[in-house]
Amino acid sequence: MIDLKSTFIGIQTPNPFWLASAPPTDKAYNVNRAFEAGWGGVMWKTLGEAGPAIVNVSGPRYGAWHGKDRSLMGLNNIELITDRDLEINLTEIIQVKKDWPDRGVVVSLMVPCEEQAWKDILMRVEDTGADGIELNFGCPHGMSERGMGAAVGQVPEYVEMVTSWCKQHSDLATIVKLTPNITDVRNSARAAVRGGADAVSLINTINSIMGVDLDQMKMSPSVGAQGAHGGYCGPAVKPIALHMLSEIARDAQCKGIPISGIGGVTDWHDAAEFMALGATNVQVCTAVMTYGFRIVDDMIDGLSRYLADQGMSSVDQLIGAAVPSVTDWNQLDLNYVVKAQIDQNSCIKCGRCHIVCEDTSHQAISTEINGERGFEVKDEECVGCNLCVNVCPVENCITLRELHDEVDPRTGEMVSAEYRNWTQHPNNSMA
Amino acid sequence: MTESTMHRSDQSAYAEHLLNEAEYQQNFSDIHTPFSAHSAVVEADRCYYCFDAPCQKICPTGIDVPGFIRMISQNNDIGAAGKILSENIMGGTCARACPVETLCELECVRNTQDDSPIQIGLLQRFATDQASASGAEFFTREAASGHRVAIIGAGPAGLSCAHRLATLGHEVVIYESQEKAGGLNEYGLAAYKMAGGYAQQEVAAILSIGGISIKHGMKVGENISFAELQTNYDAVFMGVGLGASKALQLEGEQASGVMNAVDYIHRLRQIEDLGQLPVGQNVVVIGGGMTAIDIAIQIKRLGAANVTMAYRRSQQDMNASMEEQEFALSEGVRIVHWAQPVGLRIEQQMITGVEFSNGQGPDTDTYTLPADMLFKAIGQSLASIESGTIEFAKANGRIDVDAQRRTSQPGIWAGGDCVAGGDDLAVSAVQDGKLAAISIHHTLIQNQA
Repeated sequence: MIDLKSTFIGIQTPNPFWLASAPPTDKAYNVNRAFEAGWGGVMWKTLGEAGPAIVNVSGPRYGAWHGKDRSLMGLNNIELITDRDLEINLTEIIQVKKDWPDRGVVVSLMVPCEEQAWKDILMRVEDTGADGIELNFGCPHGMSERGMGAAVGQVPEYVEMVTSWCKQHSDLATIVKLTPNITDVRNSARAAVRGGADAVSLINTINSIMGVDLDQMKMSPSVGAQGAHGGYCGPAVKPIALHMLSEIARDAQCKGIPISGIGGVTDWHDAAEFMALGATNVQVCTAVMTYGFRIVDDMIDGLSRYLADQGMSSVDQLIGAAVPSVTDWNQLDLNYVVKAQIDQNSCIKCGRCHIVCEDTSHQAISTEINGERGFEVKDEECVGCNLCVNVCPVENCITLRELHDEVDPRTGEMVSAEYRNWTQHPNNSMA
Repeated sequence: MTESTMHRSDQSAYAEHLLNEAEYQQNFSDIHTPFSAHSAVVEADRCYYCFDAPCQKICPTGIDVPGFIRMISQNNDIGAAGKILSENIMGGTCARACPVETLCELECVRNTQDDSPIQIGLLQRFATDQASASGAEFFTREAASGHRVAIIGAGPAGLSCAHRLATLGHEVVIYESQEKAGGLNEYGLAAYKMAGGYAQQEVAAILSIGGISIKHGMKVGENISFAELQTNYDAVFMGVGLGASKALQLEGEQASGVMNAVDYIHRLRQIEDLGQLPVGQNVVVIGGGMTAIDIAIQIKRLGAANVTMAYRRSQQDMNASMEEQEFALSEGVRIVHWAQPVGLRIEQQMITGVEFSNGQGPDTDTYTLPADMLFKAIGQSLASIESGTIEFAKANGRIDVDAQRRTSQPGIWAGGDCVAGGDDLAVSAVQDGKLAAISIHHTLIQNQA
């Protein structure tokens, strides 16, 4: 078993599994339970400025997208930042950090976009002994209407300005949490880098409406007569998070800034994928809100075994390992040719590959083999698109075979071993 | 129940009320636990929605199985029922009684993948049950054609034919010898497959289309002649089933305690108080088909101490599916193979034992099984239909029909168990009735033009 100890911007934790700033980290009771379960660190639920408490709705705060067996694929929420008194939160943070010196405690913050407001809250957090702060520039609902959260994160100039205030007025390690509700996440990340951020974390939740109750003819969930958009998270957002994460990881202007990965991390596979694409650690929320804190058990065991299987001695060797595999479309090798092939021994003859190829793609799968019902790829039509592989219910039944030193029956041309991308392609008038 | 095989005096030889009321209730209640709405959706979601689906192709009625299952997965249970019933008006009975393990569920591609087919029968039952609970109506009648069609027999074939003809605008009169419609659904299937009076519920739903009247207690050749039907109607469909149980051809077959399985089941299905049925201590069932399994399990569930099914050939030769055989074994029924009955032991006109030879088996020894009750379940044959006045071409002792279910007699169609080439399943009878109705319709329309 490989030790999973993790160092993130100087914060040492027994593993790279953190809880994201969210309902599970709103108070000492939950955080203590999380640490007892084995979580490496927590991002304490976002604190606001001193004064009248935040008011949450007393109606539904969460909505879900379910699979047929009620498996939770996505969750959205309209909960605001902590609605508990600032003093209570600070007192609890002090105690928790004392009780759990080997775990990470970072405090998420969101106050109005005024320098004094940030100065005030930073002083208070510094006194708690917390390991750092995470600037909540991502919350897309409620607080953003008040000029905070995503409203800041969507304007790179604001991101840079507030980040620099924090670095100027405190010594706390500063993580900037980014919103995905933008056109290009690199602009926000670069602004954080310019502002002096120690790290970025992403993604925060995505603007969303979960659905419509067709009987009552109103959006769902709704608070009485109406609802409002919420932040979407959970397994469904993972691909979006991985993309944004890798964009920052491979961006020269982001200068290798450490990244905390967030967005649908549910198990150790997800965590390993986030880390492979550049995350130093991961933050989890929906998964614990679905199953409880105990899932960290499997995550620790699974990741440790995986590292051992890969011959890796620490989580650090995983970080960014797959980043070089991500590139722009125009760098893809257009001479690379594959053909789908169906393993007749494992084929169960459901015909799904045929019907999707026939109706929606390249008419490259036939329905008979030697006069019997069966499915076979027509190499002369197959473009290797992978759709059949994706719809096949049997794992590894359809695979893609690489063509080398042979004629592609579709084009009638010899497959070239030479790398040639679009920028080098004769059909590209810009080349 | 034919009186020749069951006399009142038989009763006295057997103990009555072997079980208490709760036990009878338990033993003859629904054998399957229906799906809940959630479990139906989860099961439906397992379906791969195959292209050119094997389950649909093997279904004698060609139900669009992937199509109706997809509708269930989308909570469109009523739409699913509509899809089922449009091809098989007795989709409810077939969901309960079809040997799905030899049909749609056998063909399910998931067998190849994980040995666990989609539970198509239970899904079909879920959809049809939801539809009947909702009172949804799926069919309307076309404008009255002015044609009248006579149907003999209100079983699955006859009712299916009648329903399709009614939707096409024809008037249908069914001649039925029994008090109730439904045929074997009402009188022949095992009680625990058709619990809760389902057969009559389904008959009522079928008849609600209108344009179908049933004359009960009518036996063609007795109360009405074939000639009259041919004169008074534009077409005739025969769905008379099989009337005569095959005999063992052994001496003493008339003795007390020797019965036809179908007659006993007929009585069981109609009796108010199951405790009044005669039940032996040592029961032997001769046969290897579904009826043999059904009688063996039901007599066991009525309290018989020892029930042995004796079949003359090997396990593989049995018509009952492996699942049915395993069900019987799990119920405590003993199954003996290579057992050819060669003699009956009779004492004081009462059966006491059956002598078997394993003549076709590895050796030819004979042995005797004690029996105070013997059921014959070795098949049925076509009862004569008003013999002498009309002759049908036959094949294998049954009425020969073409692909459109036309008999050799012009204007007369036939379907169900009475025709050759079938598999004695309700689902096939329904298909016969449907195909015959379509053929009758085309014929009537053509003649009109």
